[in-house]
Amino acid sequence: MKKLVQDFEVLHKEELNKGTFVIDIKASKPLPDIKPGQFVNVLVENATNTFLRRPLSIHFVDYEKNIIKLYIKKLGEGTTKLGDLKLGDRLNIVFPLGNQYSIPKNSKTLLIGGGCGVAPLLYLAKHLKEAGNEVTTILGVRSAYDAVELDSYKEYGRIFVTTEDGSIGEKGYPTQHSVLNEKFDYTFTCGPELMMKAVAAYAKSKDIPCEVSLENTMACGFGACLCCVTDTKRGNICTCTEGPVFNINELKW
Amino acid sequence: MVNLEVKLKDMILKNPVMTASGTFGYGEEFEDFIDISQLGGILVKGTTRHHREGNPYPRMAETPSGMLNAVGLQNKGVEYFCNNIYPRINHYDTNILVNVSGSVIEDYVETAAMINELDKIPAIELNISCPNVKEGGMAFGTSCASAASVVRAVRKVYKKHLMVKLSPNVTDIAEIAKAVEAEGADSVSLINTLLGMAIDSETRRPLLSTITGGLSGPCVKPVALRMVWQVAQAVNIPVVGLGGIMNAKDAIEFILAGATAIQIGTANFIDPQVSVKIVEGIKDYMIRHQVSDINDLIGAINLK
Repeated sequence: MKKLVQDFEVLHKEELNKGTFVIDIKASKPLPDIKPGQFVNVLVENATNTFLRRPLSIHFVDYEKNIIKLYIKKLGEGTTKLGDLKLGDRLNIVFPLGNQYSIPKNSKTLLIGGGCGVAPLLYLAKHLKEAGNEVTTILGVRSAYDAVELDSYKEYGRIFVTTEDGSIGEKGYPTQHSVLNEKFDYTFTCGPELMMKAVAAYAKSKDIPCEVSLENTMACGFGACLCCVTDTKRGNICTCTEGPVFNINELKW
Repeated sequence: MVNLEVKLKDMILKNPVMTASGTFGYGEEFEDFIDISQLGGILVKGTTRHHREGNPYPRMAETPSGMLNAVGLQNKGVEYFCNNIYPRINHYDTNILVNVSGSVIEDYVETAAMINELDKIPAIELNISCPNVKEGGMAFGTSCASAASVVRAVRKVYKKHLMVKLSPNVTDIAEIAKAVEAEGADSVSLINTLLGMAIDSETRRPLLSTITGGLSGPCVKPVALRMVWQVAQAVNIPVVGLGGIMNAKDAIEFILAGATAIQIGTANFIDPQVSVKIVEGIKDYMIRHQVSDINDLIGAINLK
């Protein structure tokens, strides 16, 4: 799939909670085919200490409107600048980058997301549903305040929440949710590495395939710098080109 | 029309813009973004005698106006390059140079000898300045005697254009340049990355797995420019300038300081189209300043 460098226009911005935004960016040319799990590398302009682009998961794609949705949590200077974008601002991105989650057919699929790592799961849920899969999503968050976009997930299947403080859903971590007592055919996850490792352990214990999306520090996003490697059974390979999605059997987890 | 053609001794570059090793993969990574034939040359990634896994993650840390890297010369070795990569890229209509690195002199000699046999590779860049490997690498480039010894050994087996990449992590880079010129280097390129370090004050841990790494990006440009200017006055072979070049204005500065050609490095990560934009920008500069031949700008800094 050909990679592109293009300017986008910020068309819409929605604050999900304090510090977390979804922005809709409109492409000037028709969007190429974008797969769930792929990411963009965004240029941050006018930032004094931010030099490199910021890799962000593609949250959703609306081909009718020709927009990509980005899920941004203000963490450092780069994401803070991106979160401060205003309607009409331009955003230069390199895209679509990376590989994709597998899309099985007519299976019972489980998606587990934590924190801002949930970003690619909504678009994945859409693709899974369209392929005839039954989709169950568990979002793990700190408290009810962080449980956002639940209605969006409901369009594609069941949605469950775990909170650390028990303010909504089941108290605890997503890998402790009671729905895990059901039998699933596939597991997909994105979030903090510790959570993904716990999901991988769950999948191994149930002997079901599991794919994780890694977030490694990268400079280019398209395989030139070799900075974002992850240690796999095949040696050091680039997260940006051979990932970000990996089957857990490839990783030394 | 303006003339952009420059010569590195016997090697003709259609324009002075090359891409720096380690920032351009094997060129293939950029095929979606640019027409590689528009460049004067590309330097493919560091190649060693044997397969190298490189350093553990994390290998990169962002700094104000730059980045630190500790990739550690990850590559599959020269034999793999000759058999698998070279056949894929030898159709590029530009000069392809292979950056050659090693831990001991025999590594350099063996690797250079194998690349000498590849018809479409007109030159190598001898990397005696990589700061990211535990043995060898930069150590060869930090004294005149060791730099001379590796160039002397490679010169015996490598018959085409021999470019030597110099380390800035020395007291007097011009002396090293003179030493490699005396051993038969056809050109020198400078600078490689500056040895640097970054610490996460919250966790109190270094940001790189190797603790120290190579600093690149616009933050190193004034150092690189100064060194190119000093070396250009000290040697009679062509100087290739690199270090923090982000745009055509930066490139022109290096040429005015005495560089015959320039290499674009870290900027490729931020804008994969930057190298061809710089070719266009140099043309615009020449038209604006009524300079018909790029060669008239080499070393044309006005010190009066």
